[in-house]
Formats: sequence, structure tokens, C-alpha cells
Amino acid sequence: MTTFTELLSYEDALASFDPVMGLEVHVELGTRTKMFCGCSTELGAEPNSQTCPVCLGLPGALPVVNEIGIESAIKIGLALNCEIAEWCRFARKNYFYPDMPKNFQTSQYDEPIAFNGFLDVQLEDGEIFRVEIERAHMEEDTGKSLHVGGATGRIHGASHSLLDYNRAGIPLIEIVTKPIEGAGERAPEVAKAYVAELREVIKALGVSEARMDKGQMRCDVNLSLRPSPEAPLGTRSETKNVNSLRSVERAARYEIQRHAAVLTSGGSIVQETRHFHEEDGSTTAGRIKDNAEDYRYFPEPDLVPVAPARTWVEELRGGLPEMPRTRRNRLREEWGVTEHDMQSILNAGAVDSIVATTEAGADPAAARKWWMGELARNANEQGVVVDELPITPAQVARVAALVAAGELNDKLARQVLEGVLAGEGTPDEVVEKRGLKVVSDEGALGAAVDEAIAGNAAIADKIRGGKVAAVGALVGAVMKTTRGQADAARVKELILERLGVSEG
Amino acid sequence: MTDIIRLTAAQTAEKIASGELTAVEVTEAHLARIDATDEKVHAFLHVDREGALAQARAVDAKRAAGEKLGPLAGVPLALKDIFTTVGIPTTVGSKILEGWIPPYDATLTRKLKEADVVILGKTNMDEFAMGSSTENSAYGPTGNPWDLTRIPGGSGGGSAAALAAFQAPLAIGTDTGGSIRQPAAVTGTVGVKPTYGGVSRYGMVAFSSSLDQGGPCARTVLDAALLHEVIAGHDPMDSTSIDAPVPPVVEAARNGSVAGMRVGVVKQFAGEGYQAGVVQRFNESVELLRELGAEIVELDCPSFDLAMAAYYLIAPSECSSNLARFDAMRYGLRVGDDGTKSAEDVTALTREAGFGDEVKRRIILGTYALSSGYYDAYYGSAQKVRTLITKDFEKSFEQVDVIVSPTTPTTAFPIGERTDDPLAMYLADLCTIPTNLAGNSAMSLPCGLAPEDGLPVGLQIIAPAMKDDRLYKVGAAVEAAFIARWGHPLLEEAPSL
Amino acid sequence: MPGITREEVAHLARLARLELKAEELDHFAGQLDDIIGAVARVSEVADQDVPPTSHPLPLTNVMRADEVRPSLTPEQALSGAPAQEQQRFKVPQILGED
Ligand SMILES: [Mg+2]
Ligand SMILES: [Zn+2]
Repeated sequence: MTTFTELLSYEDALASFDPVMGLEVHVELGTRTKMFCGCSTELGAEPNSQTCPVCLGLPGALPVVNEIGIESAIKIGLALNCEIAEWCRFARKNYFYPDMPKNFQTSQYDEPIAFNGFLDVQLEDGEIFRVEIERAHMEEDTGKSLHVGGATGRIHGASHSLLDYNRAGIPLIEIVTKPIEGAGERAPEVAKAYVAELREVIKALGVSEARMDKGQMRCDVNLSLRPSPEAPLGTRSETKNVNSLRSVERAARYEIQRHAAVLTSGGSIVQETRHFHEEDGSTTAGRIKDNAEDYRYFPEPDLVPVAPARTWVEELRGGLPEMPRTRRNRLREEWGVTEHDMQSILNAGAVDSIVATTEAGADPAAARKWWMGELARNANEQGVVVDELPITPAQVARVAALVAAGELNDKLARQVLEGVLAGEGTPDEVVEKRGLKVVSDEGALGAAVDEAIAGNAAIADKIRGGKVAAVGALVGAVMKTTRGQADAARVKELILERLGVSEG
Repeated sequence: MTDIIRLTAAQTAEKIASGELTAVEVTEAHLARIDATDEKVHAFLHVDREGALAQARAVDAKRAAGEKLGPLAGVPLALKDIFTTVGIPTTVGSKILEGWIPPYDATLTRKLKEADVVILGKTNMDEFAMGSSTENSAYGPTGNPWDLTRIPGGSGGGSAAALAAFQAPLAIGTDTGGSIRQPAAVTGTVGVKPTYGGVSRYGMVAFSSSLDQGGPCARTVLDAALLHEVIAGHDPMDSTSIDAPVPPVVEAARNGSVAGMRVGVVKQFAGEGYQAGVVQRFNESVELLRELGAEIVELDCPSFDLAMAAYYLIAPSECSSNLARFDAMRYGLRVGDDGTKSAEDVTALTREAGFGDEVKRRIILGTYALSSGYYDAYYGSAQKVRTLITKDFEKSFEQVDVIVSPTTPTTAFPIGERTDDPLAMYLADLCTIPTNLAGNSAMSLPCGLAPEDGLPVGLQIIAPAMKDDRLYKVGAAVEAAFIARWGHPLLEEAPSL
Repeated sequence: MPGITREEVAHLARLARLELKAEELDHFAGQLDDIIGAVARVSEVADQDVPPTSHPLPLTNVMRADEVRPSLTPEQALSGAPAQEQQRFKVPQILGED
């Protein structure tokens, strides 16, 4: 955007102000059908092919609640250590917008299904930061607009818009934090860590894939500054729809710097929505939130109250999976890795793949080594996450087994992985096709060793004379003639044997 | 011909089942009557001649094939234009939906079709069911067959007039504050507001969701019961539909009796604003009930005095939200889209052009009552009144089996008399509103003509929730006694059109 | 408490997306003032300790199984559209944003 915005340096901003954040995360549930009708939620359908009288808001149509929508909301509430309402209602949030068929959103207002919880998140250095949860409530998504006639599909300058209501009515859970105080300069990091952890929790619960890149999880970052932790809360800005973990951190950081610049120059913050720009990490002004905004909430008269039986809630609590942070700590201990390494594994999105590989029989260290080494590098190059690579944990486990059995060395193993990723077949097929077997034929190996000794007489003498460390050069020569297909340890043994030297 | 249109629904069904009449004959007779009279009455907004005859032919074919026919198979019906009907326009009496053809059937429409009831067409109504005179229809008023210069009641004036004009033996209405009962009262017909949740609202265009209830309209208590049984029952598409057996209304209608019953008369349903002839006929009805063996109990329901005020907060609040969907984006009217205006402007221009005065008044009133700062005082207090009314009913039904009252304080007033005085118009529903707020069931049936103007007076019977059968038991007894006294049904005194 | 001004009516009309004409504003302001004066009686119970009733039914927990039901066809969905393009509802330019 062209407007130039003054920013204060991050350090100066933090020197003068205490940031307070509020994070609102919308998660699209992975239910088969919409929240209030039986239309499919499958992605990628033709426009307006997954709509019905209910989600189109046709006159006379009525909503009926999806029970898995309620169940998912309760699970999320429980995982976030919330209380679950004994009795709550849906409410209508009234405002006009063409992507909202009824011109009210069926949501929850003062009676959310889950409230008063917290989520502990772990920062890069291992510190645990507790984020308090205000509420988690149920609502529905809107349709999608396509803006035509303007520049690059933007709403501004468009001549008209085209609406597809396939997404209208897909269940959303909105999770709202209490004001996050005391994070100080780590506020952006806390924001990112919170959204990352929340995403892990949602995925572990199996209620959504929570793919931020597909809009299944979206975050609004509310931020305000105050001169000191004792001062009253400042005016906040609401940066809408921040759609990646990195962006959450950048948006918070940018707003801290922008607010600080405005405040130190004697200006005041306007309560408004802001748009985040991926290209340069900036935000620009959106709609001003004035008092004209009046959603006229009232209890949705077309739905009856939701009163989850305590037995049901306890049953759901009992069925919750191990929470991601607990699981990570357990795995970290089992695998014997540092906090830092575990964080890298998490960042690479490789935890589940490593677990699955060990479950397929691989040693945890080997599983970690392949996923975090060769495969992480490959994923990085292709811009995907490791679990999207065309290789299964079982295949990785097979490669690890071949290495353990001495049939592959690391170099060959990397070639096998490369072959599998290239679609050449299973690890065994790649080994077969590419002829990637360690040369263990003692005769052939012996000839190569003799050749190396003969061709490097000076080095051989040094070794005979006790400089055993020089053996590396001869091993290298043998590996070269065997094109790497030899077991380096065995080669070393043979050389020392021939030269009549014993190790150590 | 005349004979066919004057038959009751029960008699018609019997004659079709026995082969004495064909469904096509019956349908043609009613279509001819509509042709002959509807220019004057204007009960219908849309007559579905072809569809009706096709349905009738299907009934005759079924009979010819020896299939068993339902109790109302082949009987014509006039459907209030508030229920969606595939392939037939549904306007709700509003310009904003002019020409809209729904892609789906209301549950009630589907049930009628499945019962082989012949839908003649869609009837006139106050726009979005807001009104008590049918004058708020965007398509012009309906005349009361007793006196075409007078209102037929509302909002379901078209349905009631169609019955009174012998254009159909059965009709469907909806009742949010009295829109079935008050038209029944002023046209000398029978109308029932079932227990809230008794008849599915799916496909019934919403006015006020927590108050709206569809129900049967007919010329006799038994006919109403037969229709009630067809349209009632649990619907999984309506979350507010009661999942319980339909009360035995037909059985009750066939076994009318009030002997040994305790009948309540509420103190608050009297006083200023009640026409003398209405009070006279009501008092005679109470006397009749006593003669028939009922015990009369006087009841005090102080909260009823606040019912009207609560209603005119709750109904507009809900309607302001329910009608937000009419925004010119997905269906219905679109005004002002000249390529330069924004969606926001087009929505506002369309709503301005597409809604009538009463609808606009109620949308603004509801927007006001729900706005922050007023919510607690208005909407919140109205909900408290609702609780008190429910309690007054509960307390009353500990003492009595049913309550009776005049259905409406006056007989049909002249068209145009109250159109610019909303508060005067609202008084028509004084006695019917408490039932909508509490959700229980009520019926209106004719109890004579007011001596001063010779126009029909309605007797309202109110029963507890899901005790709709009591309405029919008492209604049938009263109806039989009155017919015995008058020597004929009241409608025979109506002028021929 | 009662009393509603012409300006308030104008504000409410904007909230409700009604492009009222000047004469309508005057007309409605007067009528609404009367109506609000009449319905304000409900505040007589404001202080009473009575639970609110938002709905006449005592039902709770009405839910449906998460099973796909047939949708309308896109043709049916768009059948009432004032304008359409690319199988989508065509609407005038949208000003606001949210
Ligand atoms: Mg929300
Ligand atoms: Zn749908």
C-alpha cells in the first residue's frame, strides 16, 4: 500500500510501552456437513453446488444444529481447560453483508459453550507462558465473494462482486483469549507460539485439519500499548485474518512499532480494524469501529438451548487424546533430545512422521536423523511440510533397517530416499533398480584395498610407522574406486589388517 | 354445483371416496366459484388451476386403481401465501417477493400433497403477516364476504374469506398474534392456532419465530380437526417442533361434550373497547356452556394487561432480524441497480421500495427494542412479561380445563377505518395475543351475529399446550348446540355473492 | 423513558437498511413515538425478579446427525437471483468490509 507509516524501532517501542494482546482465532471444523444444514463441507466443489434453503437463507428455512459441531466445541473447550456451559443458547448477531445470507450470523453471545480456560505454550527457550482463554463459542462461516472489475481481485474499485455460498454455514469455533499481559518484548513470540500450540491441539483432537494456508484457521490480532503494566489498557487495533504463524508474529510486531510511533509523536490510536499485508509485513487501516455498530444480539428463536449432559461432557473428557505439549515432552524424553532439537522437530512439522517411523520399527535416533536431515531439506526445497512428501514412515523405517543391517551406508541410503521421492518405487525397488548395495564381496574389496595401498605407498608407510589417523586417505581412495558402495568401516579394517597395524 | 361448494370437507371426502363425486368435479366446482366471486372478494393472490386439476386427477386415478384414500383426499384447500410451494409464486403479500418461485416445499405443503389435498392456490394476507385486516397486502385488500366493504380480519384474511365465500372448504392460516383466530371470528368461520411446535414452521416465511404457528381454517370444527391431523406432527427440519404424538383432535371433534368440564372466564378479557353485541354473544355462549353441563370459573390473569405491550416488542424485534434477509442479493426484488450504486445502497433502496408501511414500522420498532441501551428495558422486560403470562395460564389451568373469551373485541370494521392508526389496529388482537406468548393452543368459532351490525362474532376457546384436543371437544359441543338453536350453520345467513 | 426523535428514527432506518424518505421519517417518528409510549408499559415489570422467557418451548438439545443431505442444484439455488454470472450471485459493488 502506498500510505507511508512511521514506525518506531522495536527496542525503543518496548523501552517506552507495555504491549497487551488479545487473540481471536476462528477454526473451521472438519464436520461432514454444515453447522445448521445437511450440505456437504467438501472443499473444491463447483460454486453454489453445496447450498440449500437453510444456508442460502431462503424465506421459510430453519436451522438444525449439527451434533458433531457441538461435540467438537466441547472437546476444544475441554482441551483448553475451559468450563463447559450447563445450558447455553445461540444468538443472532445482526448486521448486513452480502456474503451473509440471512444478514445475521448465528453465533453465541453472552452464553458461550466453553469459557474460563487456559493454554500453556512453550517459548523457544523452553519457558512456559500461560495464555488465559476467555471463551470458545460456536458460529457459522460466511460465503465467499469474488470482486470483479478492480485491480487484482480487491474489493476497492471493483465494479461488482460474485457470491458463492458453498462456505456459508460451515461450522466455526471462535476462541478468544483474555488480554495477554506480561509478555513484554516477547509478545509477538507468544502470539505465534499460542496460535501454533492451539493448532496442534485442534489437530490432536481431530476436529479440524486447521490448515492456515487453506483458511481453516484464521487469527485476528488485537493489540494495544500502555505506558506501564500499571496503566489502564490503551486503545486497541484489530488486525484481521492473519493467515500464517509467521504473519501472526510479524503483525504483532508491526502494530507494536506503529502504535509506539503514533503515541510517542503525541497522536492517539484509532479503534479500527487493520489489514495485514503478507508482502511487507505491514498493516493498513480498515473500518473504524464506532458506536454506530450495534449487532442487536438476541437469543436465536429458531433454535432451542444446548444443555450438554454432564455425563456426555465427562465421557468426552475421558476420550481426549494426550495433549500435544505433554506428548512432546514425553517424546523428548524417550528420544533423549534437547529442548532446542525438539523445537526444531516441531517447527519442521516432523513429530508425527518420526513417531510413525519408530512405530514401524526404526530406532528413534535414525528416524529423527532421516526426517530432520535429508527429508526436511527436500521438503524445504519444495516448499511443503515433511508429511506431505511422497514417502511413508514405513518406507523410511525400511531404509533405516537396511542401514542398520549394513546393507546400505548413509550415502547410499540418501540415494534410496531420493529414489523413493522421485517415484521410483519402494526402498527395496530403488536399491534393486539403482544397484545400490554395499560392496561386501571380500575379494573385490580386497583387490581395491591392495590397489589403494600400492598407489599410495608413502601414506601406507606412514601408517605402518604408527600414524594410524592417516588411514582415512586410503579409505577414501577405496570408496572412490567402489563408487561409494563399500562399507567404510570394513574397508578400514581390511587396510589396517593388510598393513599389519592394529587400531588404538 | 352450488351443492358441491357448500359441502363440508368431511362430506366431500366421503363422496369422493364413495365415488359419488370425482375430485376433478369438486375442484372444477371450486375453481368456477373462485372465477365467479374472487373479483369481488380478492381472497386469492394466485390460483393454480392446472396444478389443482392435476392433483385432483391423481386422486381420481388412485381411487380407480383401488388405492386407499386419505381422509381429506381430493378436498380443495386455499393455502396462505406464506408457505413455500415449488413452482408456485410465494409472495407473503409483499412486493419484495413479487414473482419469487421457491425451489422447495414447506413441510406443511408437502404434507398436504402427501395427503392428496388439492391446493387451489395461494391466499391474500397482510404483508409478512403483519396486520389484522389484510389491508397491508401489497396486492390490495380482501373483502369480507359478509360485507365486502369490511375487513376479513388479518393477517390471514384471504384464507378466511375463501372459506366464507365457499371458494374452498379448507384453508391454512398462520397465527402470530391472532392471524388465524381473528379472521375466523369476523368471517363466521373456524380457525385453530395449534400448540406452538405442533405444526412445522419449515418453509413458512418467518415473521416472529417464537410466536408464529401454522394451523387449520375451516367452516366446521370437524373439518378443522381433519386438517389439523394432516398438517401436525414432528418435523426434524424444525428444531422447535414437538416430538410427541399429535393430540387426538379428530376423535375429540367427533365426540363433542362439555359435561363436567370446568370453563374459565378471564376477568381481563372485558371492559373498554369491547363492542356491546360482542359482549352479548359472548355472555350467551358462557350461558350455553353452563347449560351444556360446564362449570364456569372466573379467573384473574393480571399479566394479560401487559400482553399487548410485550407482543409489540417481541414480534417486531424478531421480525427486524427475520426480514433482514430480504436484501436484493439472492432473490426477490432489486431496485436501483444502475451500475453506479453500491450493494448497500441497492439493499436500502430495495427495502424502501419493497416493504409497506406497517412492515417498515415494525422493523424500526424492533431495531430500536434490540439496540444496546434499550434491550433490557424493552426486549428484556417483554420477556419477563412472557414469563408472567405463562404463569397466569399455568395457574389458571390448575383450576379449569379450558378458558373462553371473545376472539376479538369488535366485529369486522370498515376497510380503511384504522389504516393510519396502528394502535387502534393492534387492539383487534387483544384477546388472542396471550396465547401466542405462552405457546398454548386456541380456537375461534362462530357464536352468532352482533345485533347492532349483523356481523359474525367469534368465541375463543383456549387450552393448555398439547391439549389441542380439548378445543375440539368443547368446540364441537358448542357448534352443535348453536346450530341446533339457529336451525342451520351461521354461514347460511351470509349474503350470496 | 419513552420518546423517539426523528433523528433516532433515521439512525434506526440506517441500521435496518431502509432508505426512508423525509416525509416518512416525520410520519413514522410520530407513530413510533405513540407506539413506544404504549409498549413502554412492560418496564413495569423491569424490577421484578422474574426469569425471562425467550421461547415458549421447554425443549433443549435438538440436534441432527452429521450426515450429508442432498443440496439444491446450482440452478435451483440461483433460480431467484436478480442477477448471476459464473454460476454465482451477481451483486453490486460492496463498499463496506469486515
Ligand atoms: Mg465471531
Ligand atoms: Zn445448506
